[in-house]
Amino acid sequence: MTTPLYKKTVREIRDAVRSGALTAVEVTEAHLARIADVDPKVDAFTQIWTDEALAQAAAVDAKVKQGIDPGPLAGVPVGVKELICTRTGKTTCASKILENFRSPYDATIIQKLDAAGAVFLGKVNMDEFAMGSSTERSTIKTTKNPWNLKCVPGGSSGGSAAAISADECAIALGSDTGGSIRQPAALCGCVGIKPTYGRVSRFGLVAFASSLDQIGPLTKNVEDAALSLNTLCGRDPRDATSADLPVPDFTKALTGDVKGLRIGLPKEYFTEALNAEMREKVEAAVDVFKSGGAEIVPVSLPHTDYAIATYYIICTAEASANLARFDGVRYGYRNPAAKTVEEMYVLSKSEAFGPEVRRRIMLGTYVLSSGYYDAYYLKAQKVRRLIKKDFDDAFEKCDFVMGPTSPIPTFEFGAKTENPLEMYLADIYTISVNLATLPGISIPCGLTASGLPAGLQLIGRPFGEETLLRAAHCYEQTSGTTLGDPPIA
Amino acid sequence: MEFEAVVGMEVHVEINSKSKVFCGCSADFHAGPNTNVCPVCLGMPGVLPVLNVDMVNKSVAVGLALNCAISRWSKLDRKNYFYPDMAKNYQISQYDLPLCQNGWIEIDLDGQTKRIGITRAHIEEDTARNTHTIAGNQSGVDFNRSGVALLEIVTEPDIRSAKEAFAYLTALKQLLQYLDVSDCNMEEGSLRAEANISVRPVGQEQFGTKTEVKNVASFSGVFKAIEFEIARHIKLINSGGKVVQETRGWDADRGITVPQRLKESAHDYRYFPEPDLVPIVVDEAWEQRIRESLPELPAARRSRMGTQYGLSAYDANVITLSQDTANYYERVVAVGADAKKAANWLMGELQALLSAAKQEITDCRVTPADLAALIGLIDSGAINGKMAKDIIAEMFETGKAPQDIVKEQGLSQITDTGAIEDIIRKVLADNPAQVGQFRSGKEQVFGFLVGQVMRATQGKANPALLNDLLRRELSRQEN
Repeated sequence: MTTPLYKKTVREIRDAVRSGALTAVEVTEAHLARIADVDPKVDAFTQIWTDEALAQAAAVDAKVKQGIDPGPLAGVPVGVKELICTRTGKTTCASKILENFRSPYDATIIQKLDAAGAVFLGKVNMDEFAMGSSTERSTIKTTKNPWNLKCVPGGSSGGSAAAISADECAIALGSDTGGSIRQPAALCGCVGIKPTYGRVSRFGLVAFASSLDQIGPLTKNVEDAALSLNTLCGRDPRDATSADLPVPDFTKALTGDVKGLRIGLPKEYFTEALNAEMREKVEAAVDVFKSGGAEIVPVSLPHTDYAIATYYIICTAEASANLARFDGVRYGYRNPAAKTVEEMYVLSKSEAFGPEVRRRIMLGTYVLSSGYYDAYYLKAQKVRRLIKKDFDDAFEKCDFVMGPTSPIPTFEFGAKTENPLEMYLADIYTISVNLATLPGISIPCGLTASGLPAGLQLIGRPFGEETLLRAAHCYEQTSGTTLGDPPIA
Repeated sequence: MEFEAVVGMEVHVEINSKSKVFCGCSADFHAGPNTNVCPVCLGMPGVLPVLNVDMVNKSVAVGLALNCAISRWSKLDRKNYFYPDMAKNYQISQYDLPLCQNGWIEIDLDGQTKRIGITRAHIEEDTARNTHTIAGNQSGVDFNRSGVALLEIVTEPDIRSAKEAFAYLTALKQLLQYLDVSDCNMEEGSLRAEANISVRPVGQEQFGTKTEVKNVASFSGVFKAIEFEIARHIKLINSGGKVVQETRGWDADRGITVPQRLKESAHDYRYFPEPDLVPIVVDEAWEQRIRESLPELPAARRSRMGTQYGLSAYDANVITLSQDTANYYERVVAVGADAKKAANWLMGELQALLSAAKQEITDCRVTPADLAALIGLIDSGAINGKMAKDIIAEMFETGKAPQDIVKEQGLSQITDTGAIEDIIRKVLADNPAQVGQFRSGKEQVFGFLVGQVMRATQGKANPALLNDLLRRELSRQEN
């Protein structure tokens, strides 16, 4: 029996399409059929762009026929997170306030992927404005974890992770402000990488917290992540914070060995907060690296305990300003009952922002207020520098840091929505990475006894994506812990 | 009790960069509503600002001209407040680390100079413009102005009167025009001035309560508004009242200030560093490059031209008021005209013609070379001053060279002694009564006789020659 088309990797698809062995239209149709088949259960996709996708695919095929290079991601089906601006369809951020918003422009990465021959199948679900760790904060629909439909896919890029896990697309774009790519990737058993801050242009990514946000791909395997980064990364003159560094061919880093690499295990990541089964999986992974010739070194990240508090001050402060523009003046929801300017603001925002978004706007407004700025925002900035320094110190002793992505596997719907603090703890291992502007990747490292995926996180030096990909790829090739298919079909 | 006023000025200058400060849109905000806009200056979701380097260059130039220290490292901040003219509901500005700090400018007060401290000059973006229907039930927002580059220049509270404020604005505008960074048109809003005004008893160190006056559309408006506020404060205090700290608008029609409705009741702008932009790092080499590109500034030019051309302080001041006038003057002198005469003709006749025609010197049809030629014709005795005044009017009108006008109209001065003597004899014969009065000691009649002779020559007689010959003839006839 041949592998169904929707199971194919980015590498397989693009090689087949480029060589003419497969057409991009065939690939697209196969994935659209897969979406029609499984998405009613998973609810990852919020918009399906059938006509546009087939037209894009046909254009790729036409190039192949004419002998024109169709690009390095020819025919690769992509799902786009709801907060990345596209001329096609809507860009809703899974919020009522933008429920009918159509972006007048494409994000830089959308332009790049389009030029690379990728095919956009549609948009995928997320927590409203990327604020959440379970995708339960979407106002569009409830996305389920393909490994257990009663459980959350993680978040905020839950739609992206579920779509990859359920083989609905080959690349799903996510964004990661405090773990929003890596945590859902871990919970859904796929690969998710958050590149170094500045690696990928943020132009066209609707901002949640500008100094922390970073776009990245979720994929079926590490090589696909490397291929995606080849297209996504690079300086963008429209993003002043994007790094002016050459982009390597990331696939060249996939040497298949980890010999001589020094891996730091931070003791702060292996405390009682870590679920026993997750610890077991991570420790087993450590053994795989050890037997591959890597050196394991104990390291310490002493300010880890302050990461969540620091994060929730900085990200809410930035969000309070970033989300101020959704006022109903130029676009988006405007409450029809408003009679004055002030009423227009208050009624529109109160009605169209969900509770978590309102909470974070209020928190952020508070921490920036005169009289509180020094005690909260300024102090948080200082702690952020200490957290970054922890990593700098650790990288003196190791090439990358490793640990669990999430302290727990996926959980049932509603389990944490009542208590925001408990939900915030889902990100304890991922948040520091954003605060320190480092790259981080999550890869699957086995299933729990109840069949739920566990994620292994590798954290690298600034712009050290190649080392992370090399190590993650080697683990993937040698560990023998393939998860198999999620039980959805 | 005697009071003294304490005034500080905040001036917003629209910098004449071609594009807006954080996007590539044209900065021309007079175009049709919402035509020079893009996702960035409309504050659409997902957009990012990118700082216009030309704005940094021009701001550094202004900072250097204002004797400021240029920050090696400065940053942009978000100033948060809600208003429909704010695309993002925050304004990108500079809060605690402005690009330029601690400078000064010299102002002229009837020949005396005074130094006004400059606290800071910082980069920010302009807002959109709201317009409202007369009925008040609809408002429109034009985003053409949203994101236009602004430099805010703030003084120390060094200004003590409306007159000083006026002199400060004059000096600042002159400087900005020399630097060619703004057209400084207050009516069109490319220069906006706000004054912070307080009064205190003479000798008291502590400042009184201040009010801020906005909405002023001219320098004279600023002058009047400050005078009004000072008088209002003093009257309030003298009558046992208290000045309330508030923002007031200038009502030019009624000539008074009125309390302004505030945009937001409580002003907590919640400033924080703009995470979408990187710090502005102006290293020594960059600063030096700008310093070397600065033109000669007004004070330096005034003093150099005073010395070089032997101009009085007053003349040097007037001529250097605008760079164009100063350039014109130097061109006139460069082709050989007498420096003092060139100054007189430029500030006198030519300026009067320009004012009457509401023209700028740059539009003037009288070229510097032609003005020099005109002065040369007077010096050589070919024409006299009175003729020259008619000729320059013709030059101004037609752009013709003075030599051509003289030739065309046969205007050359009569320097032929014999011809003038003939006319003098005829005039004396025709006016025996006046001649008699002169002889009896009425010296004033001499002027009348000069006039009669001049009229008979149609104004063409060389005046000095005429004087000499008339005196000689009168005394000859007497003997």
